[in-house]
Amino acid sequence: MTNAARDTQPGESLLQVRGLRVELGTGDGAVRAVDGVDLSIQRSETFALLGESGCGKSMTALALMRLLPPVGRISDGEVLLDGLGLLDLPEASMRQERGGRVGMIFQEPMTSLNPVMRIGDQIAESVRLHDPQARDHIDDRVVELLTQVGIPDPVRRAREYPHQLSGGMKQRVMIAIALAGRPKLLIADEPTTALDVTIQAQVLTLLKDLQRDSGMAILLITHDLGVVAETADRVAVMYAGQIVENAPVKQFFSRPAHPYSRMLFRSLPDASRRDKPLTVIPGMVPPLSQRFTGCRFVARCQAATTECELREPPWLAVEQQGWRCHYRPDEVVLKDAADTVPPPVSDAPDTLMTVQDLQVYFPIRQGLLRRTVGHVKAVDGVSLALQTGRTLALVGESGCGKTTVGKGLLQLLKPTGGRVDYAGTELTTLDGGALRKLRRDFQIIFQDPAASMNPRMLVRDIVAEGLVAQGLMKEQAARHRKVTELLAQVGLPAEAADRYPHEFSGGQRQRICIARALALQPKLIVCDEPTSALDVSVQAQVLNLLKELQHRLGLSYLFITHNISVVAYLADEVAVMYLGRIVERGPVHRVLDAPAHPYTQALLSAVPQPEPDRHHQVIRLGGELPSPANPPTGCHFHPRCPQAMPQCHQTYPPVFSGEQGHQVACWLEQA
Amino acid sequence: MGKPVFLLTDILIFVLVGLTLLFAWYAHRHEHLRAPWRRVVQSRTALGALVVLGFYVVVGLLDSVHYQPRIDTRANGDAIYSGEVRSLFDWIAGPLRANQEKTYSAPFAVHLYAKENIEQPDGSVVRDYPRLDHAGAHLANPDDRWADVAQHAERGLAWGLLVWAVGVLLLAAVRARLRRTALAESVGTLLRGRTHYPWHVALWTLLVMCLLIGLIATVGSHYHILGTDKVGEDVLYQALKSVRTGLMIGTLTTMVMLPAAILLGLMAGYFKGWVDDVIQYIYTTLNAIPGVLLIAAAILMLHIYLSNNADEFTSVTERADLRLLFLCLILGITSWTGLCRLLRGETFKLRELEYVQAAHSMGVRHFNTLLRHILPNVLHIVLITVVIDFSGLVLAEAVLSYINIGVDPSMDSWGNMINGARLELAREPVVWWSLAAAFVFMFTLVLAANLFADVVRDAFDPRLRNSR
Repeated sequence: MTNAARDTQPGESLLQVRGLRVELGTGDGAVRAVDGVDLSIQRSETFALLGESGCGKSMTALALMRLLPPVGRISDGEVLLDGLGLLDLPEASMRQERGGRVGMIFQEPMTSLNPVMRIGDQIAESVRLHDPQARDHIDDRVVELLTQVGIPDPVRRAREYPHQLSGGMKQRVMIAIALAGRPKLLIADEPTTALDVTIQAQVLTLLKDLQRDSGMAILLITHDLGVVAETADRVAVMYAGQIVENAPVKQFFSRPAHPYSRMLFRSLPDASRRDKPLTVIPGMVPPLSQRFTGCRFVARCQAATTECELREPPWLAVEQQGWRCHYRPDEVVLKDAADTVPPPVSDAPDTLMTVQDLQVYFPIRQGLLRRTVGHVKAVDGVSLALQTGRTLALVGESGCGKTTVGKGLLQLLKPTGGRVDYAGTELTTLDGGALRKLRRDFQIIFQDPAASMNPRMLVRDIVAEGLVAQGLMKEQAARHRKVTELLAQVGLPAEAADRYPHEFSGGQRQRICIARALALQPKLIVCDEPTSALDVSVQAQVLNLLKELQHRLGLSYLFITHNISVVAYLADEVAVMYLGRIVERGPVHRVLDAPAHPYTQALLSAVPQPEPDRHHQVIRLGGELPSPANPPTGCHFHPRCPQAMPQCHQTYPPVFSGEQGHQVACWLEQA
Repeated sequence: MGKPVFLLTDILIFVLVGLTLLFAWYAHRHEHLRAPWRRVVQSRTALGALVVLGFYVVVGLLDSVHYQPRIDTRANGDAIYSGEVRSLFDWIAGPLRANQEKTYSAPFAVHLYAKENIEQPDGSVVRDYPRLDHAGAHLANPDDRWADVAQHAERGLAWGLLVWAVGVLLLAAVRARLRRTALAESVGTLLRGRTHYPWHVALWTLLVMCLLIGLIATVGSHYHILGTDKVGEDVLYQALKSVRTGLMIGTLTTMVMLPAAILLGLMAGYFKGWVDDVIQYIYTTLNAIPGVLLIAAAILMLHIYLSNNADEFTSVTERADLRLLFLCLILGITSWTGLCRLLRGETFKLRELEYVQAAHSMGVRHFNTLLRHILPNVLHIVLITVVIDFSGLVLAEAVLSYINIGVDPSMDSWGNMINGARLELAREPVVWWSLAAAFVFMFTLVLAANLFADVVRDAFDPRLRNSR
């Protein structure tokens, strides 16, 4: 048995998994989603399972709970919980374990709760099933659980329905349900992926606190190295259905052993890598329906040898750290990506587009006659200037209106007020034909590349759509040549043109979207979270491409994102949005290194850093983002601001200008 | 042989056939359309149902080629044509049509169903069941008829089997040629179903149909397999003639309703605002009027028009045909709202999708966006609705004819057959065969269509695709 379990004493561990194999489907096409996973989790330990999408980490968790989808089955292995073999239990006893000794929370809190049941009843259901002692005082136990997960006013909240709660609150309720059976082990499958960073920080802290109080173990499944560094004690990296590295967090972050782990770290964007391209892990996770003879990572590994291709790598271990590779870390030399120093950008770039006091309001209609009773002020007076060949990042949590700004300035949404000036033309008053002609100068790339391409069209037609719409290339042969050229520009072969979007992986699809945007030779591209649906290694490919295109073609980007490390890597200027307004704006190094607005400070501190040693102070924001239909009086941020002053309750602060064009809307700056 | 006559519905049905072929050609070139159809034909149920439907379609199309037969030639060489309009199907089913009796007779009977006064050669009058004019007329002794029927049936079955075997051999030969295998082996894999597509289901269904046709061809020309009706017409012939009416109602109605439903549904969902309001008001108003009332009013109006302008029509068939077309129109007008509402909802969802916004950001015109991005992505809904609605409409015709606001009484239709049989159900002994024939034919068609529709829905609905 070459496994991680050997590294720890078996007696202490709460959960022991040995040789777990999961197959989806049958016959030759069967996908071996989990292929011999060994792990052991100690009591009151946080064990992180890290990996890209499609590498089998969620399947592992579902297999532990015996909740595999109908096509899946556990073909081999054993799972011991406190010495009890879970895989041999009859289904009736297994039902006792689920939600009893093993709790589980899922990624999507929106769909994990029943929308027509009060949340109190949903928690009570779990209490009734799994907590025999609490059966005669269920209501008290429900309130106790809600208090435990930090929900204010639990008695009232227990009578509410899921839609009345925000995303963070719902995830807390999910945790409360999982806690109802006083679990020994909590399986958390990407518990914070759907949440904003400030809310993510709240939920992660809550999990940590609960663990400290109750001593339960947590199996945390995530793809975020930052989250691992902040919360886990031990980490296992999964790749293509196998665990390729298993180590205590400190060791893992200071000297990762497996080439995959090491390359993963190098592909993370951050400020220090600004001037060079990121290391890219080429290709993608191999399909798991094949039989592997050699190392599964061989096709993407920089240091692969013929040995790697021919023989399956052994499990090597040094002290607490184990990895699956033919070589020791010091035997493998990984090259950094070639330094292609970008051509210096002129110091005084021209202004491409100026946005002044942009407002986008959505009417709230009520009653029989659908009369407008109010407005959701999604964007409420935003001013920006976009420079030629530069990147402006628009940062903020979901619901702050950053996407609406992007669509508003492209006139995809009709602005309620304000001006958008592009090369002397006022866009907001432009109509039909004239606007349609100008549209070729600005394009948009969306978050989800799967949804942004018509599934019924060939890639060729998708890429050429703009050319046809603008009547630029009437001749079909010329259009075909142009498409081939564009695909080559984003690193795709010419054959891609005759295929459908669903035949490509996420990163490739995003490349096609970029090719489509480039077809019209735009001056400005609005990138709306273009990498947040992608895995880290793929994200690096797309970021490199965007950066290279900018240098080559002199493009300007408006980069809408919530990912601070991407901002640090890519942006020249940053604007931070809160509730429809920009609270801070300035050059990237000023805003990220010396944030002036309390919201920016909190936002930056809440981002989990992939460095477990650097214990930075997290500024915890209470509460949630208020509704833009009814913003607080005075400064919008004051109800959550740790430094709020009496003045802040009364009037919205004006913009104070600092050095190097650093602008802050906060009364603190007045002093 | 005769002068071709083009009825309005004939023209429309062949236009529809043309459109279907065009769509098939288009689908063949687009993988996203071809893949679901491949899934459809891979299903055994669908392939079996398709063969049955195919026979109905062939009968319906043969019955849609009309002509006026030539009856005589004038002295100057001009032909004189009969006022009666016949179809190619009538010509094929010659004996079925021609062997008309006096009134009711039971299936396989050689005597009428009612007693009559028969004048004997010696002048005396006997009250008895008279012999039929055609069925079993060749028999000297009526008691021999079952032996005679069996003899004919044997011949029919043998012919059916022979035709089927030749067909199978031809298909196997083609496959053997393509795959370079032996002929015997090819036949074996075909019939045992060891092929990618379930050919064996199609072939076995085909065998059943071949045998039935053989029976009808041999036995049917000497006996009335399903009896005769009040005026002595062969019920099997009526039921077969009704196929065309059923198919017309099922398909032409959809053709009438589709343009309105698609155009208005997409527009309402895409443009929203006042366009949506207007379209919604139209279809909610239309929905609020009872459909039967609307149909009755329209048919009565047509009736008045027809009786006022009787001399504009050269034949009864032409009049009946206009009424059928009108019925399709009015059924279409009352039935587009459901699909329109579905499409409006789907378009609401699609227009917010990012590829529609991307198209917008590239300056694609609204019409092109609707045509290229929205329409192809709602086509599966249209297809599913059309296939499911088809059987509903066939049944609707029966109900409407039953309450006398359906097709013209002179036209053969299952509804009219049921309506005619209604009164005879109270008779003792009961006349059951008209009703049974209409039931069997309608049931087979609707069942086949429903089975087919189920498979089509499963293959085209993206939500169902992943749940299997």
